[in-house]
Amino acid sequence: MSELSRNVLAGDHRSIARLITLVENDEPGAVESMKQIHRYTGQAQIIGVTGVMGSGKSSLIFELALAFRAEGKKVGIIAIDPTSPFSGGALLGDRIRMTDLSTDSGVFIRSMGTRGMMGGLTSSLYDVVEILDAAGMNVILIETVGVGQDEVDIVKIADTTLVVLIPGLGDSVQTIKAGLMEIADIFVVNKADKPGVEQTVAELESMLDLVSKAERRTPIVATSIKQKKGIKLLVSKISEHQEYLKKSQSFDKRRRQRYEAELIEIIRKRLMGFIFDEKKLKKTVDCCIDQISKKELDPYSAADEILGKILK
Amino acid sequence: MVEKEIIKQIREKRADWEKQKYYKAIQESPERKQKFKNLSDIEIKNLYTPEDIADLEYLRDVGFPGDVPFLRGVHPNLYRGRLWTMRQFAGFGSAEETNKRYNYLLNHGETGLSVAFDYPTLYGYDTDHMLARGEFGKCGVAISSLQDMELLFHEIPLDKITTSMTINGPAAIVWAMYIANAENQGIRKDRIGGTIQNDILKEYIAQKSYIFPPEPSMRLIVDTFEYGFKNVPKWNTISISGYHIREAGSTAVQELAFTLGDGVEYAKAAMKRGLVIDDFAPRLSFFFNAHNDFFEEIAKYRAARKIWAQEMKKLGAKKPRSLWMRFHTQTAGCSLTAQQPEINIVRVTLQALAAVLGGTQSLHTNSMDEALALPSEKAVRIALRTQQIIAEESGVADTVDPLGGSYYIEWLTIKMEEETYKYFDKVEQLGGVIPAIEKGFFQREIAESAYRYQKEVDENKRFIVGVNRYKLDEEPSIPILKMDEKGEERQINRLKKLRKERDTIKVQNHLQRLRKAAEGDENLMPFILDCVHSYATLGETCDVLREVFGEYKEQAIY
Amino acid sequence: MVRKIRVLVAKPGLDGHDRGAKIVARALRDAGMEVVYTGLHQTAQQIVSTAIQEDVDVVGLSLLSGAHMTLFIDVAILLKEKQMEDVLIVGGGIIPQEDVPHLKKAGIAEVFGPGTPVEEIVDYIKKNVKR
Repeated sequence: MSELSRNVLAGDHRSIARLITLVENDEPGAVESMKQIHRYTGQAQIIGVTGVMGSGKSSLIFELALAFRAEGKKVGIIAIDPTSPFSGGALLGDRIRMTDLSTDSGVFIRSMGTRGMMGGLTSSLYDVVEILDAAGMNVILIETVGVGQDEVDIVKIADTTLVVLIPGLGDSVQTIKAGLMEIADIFVVNKADKPGVEQTVAELESMLDLVSKAERRTPIVATSIKQKKGIKLLVSKISEHQEYLKKSQSFDKRRRQRYEAELIEIIRKRLMGFIFDEKKLKKTVDCCIDQISKKELDPYSAADEILGKILK
Repeated sequence: MVEKEIIKQIREKRADWEKQKYYKAIQESPERKQKFKNLSDIEIKNLYTPEDIADLEYLRDVGFPGDVPFLRGVHPNLYRGRLWTMRQFAGFGSAEETNKRYNYLLNHGETGLSVAFDYPTLYGYDTDHMLARGEFGKCGVAISSLQDMELLFHEIPLDKITTSMTINGPAAIVWAMYIANAENQGIRKDRIGGTIQNDILKEYIAQKSYIFPPEPSMRLIVDTFEYGFKNVPKWNTISISGYHIREAGSTAVQELAFTLGDGVEYAKAAMKRGLVIDDFAPRLSFFFNAHNDFFEEIAKYRAARKIWAQEMKKLGAKKPRSLWMRFHTQTAGCSLTAQQPEINIVRVTLQALAAVLGGTQSLHTNSMDEALALPSEKAVRIALRTQQIIAEESGVADTVDPLGGSYYIEWLTIKMEEETYKYFDKVEQLGGVIPAIEKGFFQREIAESAYRYQKEVDENKRFIVGVNRYKLDEEPSIPILKMDEKGEERQINRLKKLRKERDTIKVQNHLQRLRKAAEGDENLMPFILDCVHSYATLGETCDVLREVFGEYKEQAIY
Repeated sequence: MVRKIRVLVAKPGLDGHDRGAKIVARALRDAGMEVVYTGLHQTAQQIVSTAIQEDVDVVGLSLLSGAHMTLFIDVAILLKEKQMEDVLIVGGGIIPQEDVPHLKKAGIAEVFGPGTPVEEIVDYIKKNVKR
């Protein structure tokens, strides 16, 4: 086992951070360590936090982290912000809300850019979750970008997905993209000190009433950071969900789905790397694209040709 | 002001002039820019004529100084009667050092005092607090207790001079210390005059020296309005500020709109408590920036007076004094350069002139070394002399609102009023000032303007002399202020001694009673005064409030 | 996979002037870097902890309150203690010329005073990043 892997398993912050960087940048040593640490993962509870911008996700995660710390748990936080499609850079500012946790050795916070990946996530997210898991985190909170309809991808990774709303979101809860409403394991109506809470909760309830044959009624928790209300309840609902998963065997099913998604992602990255690598297939690909433009070749035949070269 | 027929003639004549004479002139000397825009991105024409203010009626829209709409001023005879107060913001190191600087300034002709506090004090921490590390006295004077306040004003007659204190989060407590000190000197509360900045809304928006969240902060502010009206009637219990909003990067229009918007919010908060607007409105004062665009700044001040009077009337104010927008001005710190610092004197002169032509009630002129350190004696003296030359030698103080009637100024004044009301509408749509703050509206507008300005400079679309034009290879060095290095140690020892020698039980009792009152809704000023009189420190008093009110954490907005 | 430069923009101490820090953060983002902004009122411990977890290449300190000799050097010393010598430390704000040599000696690689074009900071970082 590499020294880096050993240090990560020992929970050394510097090494955890270093491995995350290596994995994000696809640098040598990354894959070796990822292979070595996998068997030490599986004990962390993964909670995804998604929702519209301005719903107070960061503050909510901060409060949840405090609550988990009070239970003696180690907490990992992954805060994702959008990478600019133009410059490739990113402004990662979610830590501002969590600044008091920076010096708590039982908490590890990492900010990440989406780096071109759709879904409000980052393609290295699976890796980072595994790293934090192997490093001993009991709970891993993931904050997604929260724009558009793509946040639904978080279900692939999280055991429990929280969808955060705020009261007075305009006309109705129906205006929120359908996918977002379906992925929620728990609805959180944050900033519950503002007017319109009851109405938002009522709309959510009636929407849930319409969902037939649901095995489990999605709980709705109203929280207010200002008034310090609802956090304890939210934590207990998260526990309940965890219990429910284990009892209903959905737990294994979800985990399986996660590893499937992770495997697909690793294969996809490798494949893309191969295809767009100068030394490998890029020249062939470029040539195909030229031919497609000139109508000398159609895209499907081009795909046949390229895949044929890989699968040979 | 001018009849329709004459306007028509002017319009036709202008069209001719543009086509012939002006067109020819541009061939010979082409325009320096494609578009001439001022700092608020308002496009400025080549020439303004009566046509541009055709709808303006003198008696209805411009009027006389002292009358609605107050465009020309709130005082009928302004500087012909009494010059503006020359009030230089000052403070550094320990109270003793700053007391010396105050005496220097008073001896050199300043007519009002203005206190700058260090960061620990601004945030309600004593000098020996962990977070105060390295910050003692660096950007202002350290005041940790009534004892320091006593030293600060040693031998300064508080019944003869007014003092402005730039303090916000812990304003109520520092004000209490000032009052207590005056009382100990035998001067009654109703005889002292001055200002506390006490404007928390702009802290969330720009200056960032907040402590508590918005609600309890507003409560404290209304407490000071109430207490001031009843007990300290000559005191301006708030200085609603645009200076810092501008320094954070806003445009002049934003400065105007956000400041007056904050002002209306304070008035509404006070009325919600049940205070009568005509009781507290006369003691609301303002604080604006004086930035580079000469005419824009003048138009800004004039528009501010008109808008404020309108808004106060809307809220039901009836007394004339309730409609007066009285303001202090400071020249723009952010416009000064570290490069070729002496030329900052020129910048400050132009900015100060704009403030005077705009009718400011009191003025602070920055020193040339502001981009390097706190002002040296020589630099602050020159800054003071700048005001004195404008006052005594330039003649601009000899008539009221000299630029009234200028086609450009009157047009720009109207334009700025229009733009301001657009912002008022936007904020209204967001649910009001505090919801807009929570949504990050003002902060975003300011960050955008700041970024745009920087881009213009970096891309050489906007020039700053000495920075991206007319640079020097070798920069001259000027002497900068040196502070007493032993000051921090002295202060910490003083605090230790104070804590030992005071009546600890009394202090604890008063702090306890303050806590109880803070949890309820009584006016906190009397309780704070008790704490302060018994020599509870600033930090101890603020800690009680921090525990009850909580602390504010900002969001990330770029 | 493209390696991105990761920069921590930090406001140590009580100074609340964040206009410059935010502009620099934005400019670095526009130059393709990943910028973690700490917000206001950071202690040296918080800054260094953040630098470790975020595995940054650069720590940028912004201060206009005059407390730089204490606070910048606190951060530099702590980074050294945690063996983060491969992190480039730069500073900006109101810092008198005569203090710059002392800061450099303590480990701050460069100080960018008022009037520095933002591009200059971007270029400096690109050229001097240690990893």
